[in-house]
Order: sequence, then C-alpha cells, then structure tokens
Amino acid sequence: MSTLTHLQALEAESIHILREVAAEFQRPVMLYSIGKDSSVMVRLAQKAFYPAALPFPLLHIDTGYKFREMVEFRDRFCVEIGARLMVHTNTQAVAAGANPFRLGTQKCCGLLKTRALLDALTAGGFDAAFGGARRDEEKSRAKERVYSFRDSFGQWDPKNQRPELWNLFNSRVDKGESIRVFPLSNWTELDVWEYIQLENIPVVPLYFARPRPMVVRGESLIPVEHDIPLLPGEAPQMVMCRMRSLGCTPCTGAIRSAADTVPKIIAEMREFRRSERENRVIDHDQEGSMELKKREGYF
Amino acid sequence: MRFTTAGSVDDGKSTLIGRLLYDSQTVYEDQLAGIRKATKAHGGLDLSLLTDGLRAEREQGITIDVAYRYFSTPRRKFIIADTPGHEQYTRNMATGASTADLAIVLIDARHGVLAQSRRHAFIATLLGIRHLVVAVNKMDLMEYREEVFREICGDFGRFAAQIGNPPDLEFIPLSALCGDNVVRRGDRMPWYRGPALLEHLETVPLAAEDHPVGLRLPVQYVIRPDQDFRGLAGQLASGAIRPGDLVCVLPSGRQARVRSLVTRDGELAEAFAPMSVTVRLDEEIDVSRGDMLVSPADPPRRALRFEATVVWMNQKPAAADRPYLLKHTTQTLPARIVEIRHRVDIHSLSARPASELQLNEIGMVVVEAQRPLFIDPYRRNRFTGSFILLDPLSNETLGAGMIESAAEEAGDGASHSASISMEGQPEALWALARRLAERGHPVAVLPAQVLLVGPVGTALPAAASVELRFTAGDSPEEIFQELVRRGIVR
Repeated sequence: MSTLTHLQALEAESIHILREVAAEFQRPVMLYSIGKDSSVMVRLAQKAFYPAALPFPLLHIDTGYKFREMVEFRDRFCVEIGARLMVHTNTQAVAAGANPFRLGTQKCCGLLKTRALLDALTAGGFDAAFGGARRDEEKSRAKERVYSFRDSFGQWDPKNQRPELWNLFNSRVDKGESIRVFPLSNWTELDVWEYIQLENIPVVPLYFARPRPMVVRGESLIPVEHDIPLLPGEAPQMVMCRMRSLGCTPCTGAIRSAADTVPKIIAEMREFRRSERENRVIDHDQEGSMELKKREGYF
Repeated sequence: MRFTTAGSVDDGKSTLIGRLLYDSQTVYEDQLAGIRKATKAHGGLDLSLLTDGLRAEREQGITIDVAYRYFSTPRRKFIIADTPGHEQYTRNMATGASTADLAIVLIDARHGVLAQSRRHAFIATLLGIRHLVVAVNKMDLMEYREEVFREICGDFGRFAAQIGNPPDLEFIPLSALCGDNVVRRGDRMPWYRGPALLEHLETVPLAAEDHPVGLRLPVQYVIRPDQDFRGLAGQLASGAIRPGDLVCVLPSGRQARVRSLVTRDGELAEAFAPMSVTVRLDEEIDVSRGDMLVSPADPPRRALRFEATVVWMNQKPAAADRPYLLKHTTQTLPARIVEIRHRVDIHSLSARPASELQLNEIGMVVVEAQRPLFIDPYRRNRFTGSFILLDPLSNETLGAGMIESAAEEAGDGASHSASISMEGQPEALWALARRLAERGHPVAVLPAQVLLVGPVGTALPAAASVELRFTAGDSPEEIFQELVRRGIVR
C-alpha cells in the first residue's frame, strides 16, 4: 500500500471539504481575493468537481484600492476558467470618500472590506462562504475551525466554537446565519508555493520580482498607485522587488527580492526569517487586531 | 505527521512548542520581536507567547481552544494540534486528538503523573492515537536525576497498562526551558541514551491501521455535468480501488464494476485511502450522497443499534430518548441514545453508573438510528467508526462517538446475502447449510459446491452481495464464526 505525499494529503483533505460544502449548503460562494491562496483554492475546486463546472460563483470584494495588475488578472482568469464572477464594492462608502489616508486603515478596512463582504453575503443569500485563509498566517487564524460559524450579524465568537472532530463537519445553520469555510486551513505558505509549482497554477505577476516604481519610506516599499500622498522630499524610485502577499495598494508593502520565478520564490521562502503578513499594515495597527476584525466579520 | 499536545502554560507545554518552533527555525524575526516586546516586563524570551493566540488566552495565561501550528524539518512536515489541558476543555482536547497520529503527554518532573496527563493519555488512546510520547519536562529543576525520570516512567507505565488497547510508549526526559533533548540531545543527562524529542518525531514509523478493513468510499457528491457522465465523488475511508474492481453499493447491495477513476489530470490506475476520487461505474445504478461503495468480500456491519463511547461536549447533558441528529460519514439522520451503560471515571478508568453524561464526560452508550448504518468498529476504521451528535433545535455539536460494535437487536436479521464456495469438502458444505437453515436463513446449494444464503425472514435472493471462498483447511466452526463476524449470520 502506498502513502500520499504531504501535498497530496492536503489536496485530498481540501477537496473533501469543498465537496462537503457543495453537497450540504443551499447557496455557497467562494471568496476570491485574486491572491496566490485564492488561485490554489480555485484549482482545488476545479479538481473537486471535474469535469463539471464550479457549482458556486466566485465573489470578489473590490475596495477600489487593488493593484491594476490584480484586476486585470482577475478578469482574464475568470473568463479562462469559465467561472461566474461577482464583484461587490461598498459604493456608498466610496461615494462618501472613504480612503485609508483620511479614515485610517482600520476604519477604511471596516467599511470597504468587512462591511462590503457582509452586505454582499446578505444580498446573495449565501449560507456558506469559502475563504483561502490559512492557519499559519496569523495567531487568531491558528485557532479557527475549518467550518467557522457566524451568527446573523456575521460575527465570530472564538471562545465558543463548535467542536470539530475527524472530517465530520456540522453544517447546520438557521436562516441568516452562515459558515465561513477554510479549505486551506492546514496549508502553509510554503505548501502553497510548492503546489503552485507542481500544478503550474497561474498567479498575479506582482508576486515575481522586477524593477518597479516605489516610494522608499524607512524600511517600507510603498507602491506608487492610487495617488498615495507623498511626504516632503519623497520621490518614487525604481526598486527590484516583489509582493509577498497582495491586498490594497496603500496597505501592502513590497519586499526587496530578485526572485522572478516560482522555484526562486520557493528557494527564497526557505531562507525567509520574516513572516508573510509583516507587510500588511492592517494586521499590526493594534495588538490582536486580526482577532478583532475577524470577530466583526472580516475573513 | 499530525500530533497533539495537551497541557497548560504551567507545565511548560507552550514553552515546549515554542522551543520546537524556535530551534527548528520556524519562528520569524518579526514574531520574535513581537514576543520580545510582550515579555519585556519579566525579562528573557517567553517562548510560550508564540502559541497563545486569543486575547482572552493571553490575558488569563491559559489555553482555551485548539491552535494549529506548522513546522517542517528536512525529514518531515508537522502539524501540531495544541490543545488545552484543563478538564473544562476536554472537548477541545478531543477535537485536536481526532485527526492526530501521535500525542505528546507532558509531565512536570516535579509533580509526577497528574490527572491532566492521565486524561490526555486516555483521550488520545480513545481517539485512536497509537503513539504516545511521554515528555518528562523540567528535568533542570530536578538536577537532571535519572531516578526522578525512572519513577515517572514506572508510574505512567502502570497507568497505561490499564487502558484497553494500550498504545506504543516512548519516554523522553527533557527541559523545554533549557532545550535539553528537545531538538538536540544535550550532555546534561548522559544516562539517557534515547533520541531527542524531534529526532523521535522525525523517525517514528506511523503504524498503518491495526486491522485494516477493505474498501470504504462514502459518496459525498454526485458529479453530473451532462447526460453522459455520472461520477461518484468521495474520499476513501479505507482500502483501495482500481478500474475493473467489483464494488457493492450500500445500502442497496447492488454490485457494479469500476469503469474508471476520473481526475482533472487524467484517469488513475489505482486510488487508495485517504485520496479524494471520482468513480464511474459500468452500470447506471442508483447511488446518491450518503451511500457507500465497499468491497463485496469485506463489507461493513449493518446496524440499527450500536454501542459507542461518547465524549459529551454540551452544557445540556446527554440522556436517553432525547431527539438528536447523527452525522456518520456523509449522511445525517435522526437518532437517539437508548441506554447509557456507564460513565468512565477518567482518574481511575473505572466504569461508574450514570443516567446522564455531563459536559466533558465520557461514557458508553447504545445509540439507535432511524435507519440502519453501515459501520466498522472505530479501532479498525476512524471514519466509518465515528459519528457526531447534533442538536436539531440549536444546531450545536453535542457529542462525538466512537463505535465499539453493533448491538444485538431482537428481530433484526443480518442484511447480507452471501455465496460461499468450499472447494473439496461437500460434507462440510451441507453441514453448514443445515446449520444456517436451523437458524432461519434461506439457503440453497448450487452447482460447483456453492452455498447461497440470505438474511433471516427473507426469500432466497437471486444474487449474493458478498462472495466468500474457503479452502479445505478452514474448519466448519471457523467458517461459521467468519459469517458471524461479517454480519451474515447472527
């Protein structure tokens, strides 16, 4: 009897989760953030339901602050794989002038991501939403179940989670309640890149190093997009860099790197001594800030 | 490899995990900077802060819920289910243990074997973990004395011997704080010749199931993109499947051959547990979610009632005759507890009379489902031997069950029909036919020394759901017992 490799075992577990949700919920949806984890999650879904099409739509919460290359990639990718794509923006907040420079990152995130997400889930009547979050990303995520129950306000109660044993998931919800489902719970950042290499999965070119115009502010590399306000004396300069994780441009820093292929990224990852979300401003504006945002309904 | 640890901050569990992550260079610099900032108050580097993730946990210095950690070495990748040790969080300990291959039971060298270590060892074993590592921690506080370690090994060994089906034990003396025998063998305990903890984790062979059962493929989802394609999708709970194999679909008992194993990357020549697969059969027979594909020669037991060990996880106690929902493999159906046999006193491992099971209590119960389930004992198959109980009103997960065996039930005959061939011993075949007929089974002896037998109280079936072959070496009594074991005869 053969045994599976680590990646094969993760794949089998994720496919089981994807199928379980498609079978047990009335209206599932897959949150698609355009990043590498979403790319892997979509590939796993394609495998889970092959040769049928995905039995649920993809939903992108567009804050309007995403990288141009991300949006281009999204539109091209979804057409190529024949996925149904829904895009939701909190237009009210945008019209009222919500931006991170004026509101601060926390409030901006609350309006353009969390509120937008909750509104989109309610409007679509979705009772289950897949997300590509992984437990190794952040310590409150390390505590989250594969099936994460949300009350009718979309809130998470980390102290009172449903026990989750074996692969027997409790999918029962009342009207208005929902489950966030994390098929990649047990994947690490390195697993994701190794799988991208193995499966030849397309990802946004922003992950690969090339010279890009950046504002260098202390240790941070800030992308020049969406009219970022410059400090006196600052001017964009070309820096060899890449993105390790993708979010909104004002809140996602680049890292200095020459890794311009997937194997080079994997080699670089093995040497990394800094965590993946370090460049995500929103995770660090307060102790336990990811946990607080998650409780309020953030992914 | 997946392993579980249990304990509280006091016994150094978080420090031990922090040490494994730190010494295997899995901790990033910015995370270290974060804990340096948080430990400024009491100096030094508090590795335990790497693991407690929730604000309430950091506030109270305890672990409330399971946290999952990931690290890898060049030899293996590891997933740690880091679980709380307090009695009030037994359910979270069980959650972590349900998917683990190995458990590290932490013992404080100053205090010896405490209730918490015993509870963890018991729950780990109950949930089918076959490897226990007894990590005797804080040896630095006991001057690294061998006799301290030996005494704890003796105490724990005596306790473990009382657990039914005791697991493999490995004892390791260590100091998580100082790093002795965690990642590398230190020189402060020259009397210890075994491996360091990480060496053991990297090299321990993961035992296959003790008594593997045949094919079990619970159908999760039917993939039907068009009229011409019908794929049965599911994750193998055990066994293997190949194109051309004859499989039996339960509960209908219909048989078909596997036409192909379909994937996005081409067809497979073989699939085995725990792969997720899509199976096409050569005949259009009725199969839907909740059904199971099994090997005809080794089917699971059909049972309306069964005995199970249950870990209760809800404030509302378990009691007989309350309406529950039961989820087993890929089906959910009404069920009730018909009897609570006893509760287990986790300190003495003795059975105590009980009419209810309270939150975090463990007990032996008899469960009755609204329709028969196809089950294996949990010790033979974690996936066809486990179930959860749900509250139909509040939707909460109430309890987790591990099936021991089918319970005898009056008037419920076995469901399988079988064709039994016994080459070269016609007298034994006729004797067996008589014995089965006396028990009420319809029987017929067919040409070529084949005996067809059906369930009690039914007509003789046209075809058998199970085919069995015996050779001249098998005694009639052995054959009879085999039929009982397979649920063909009661």
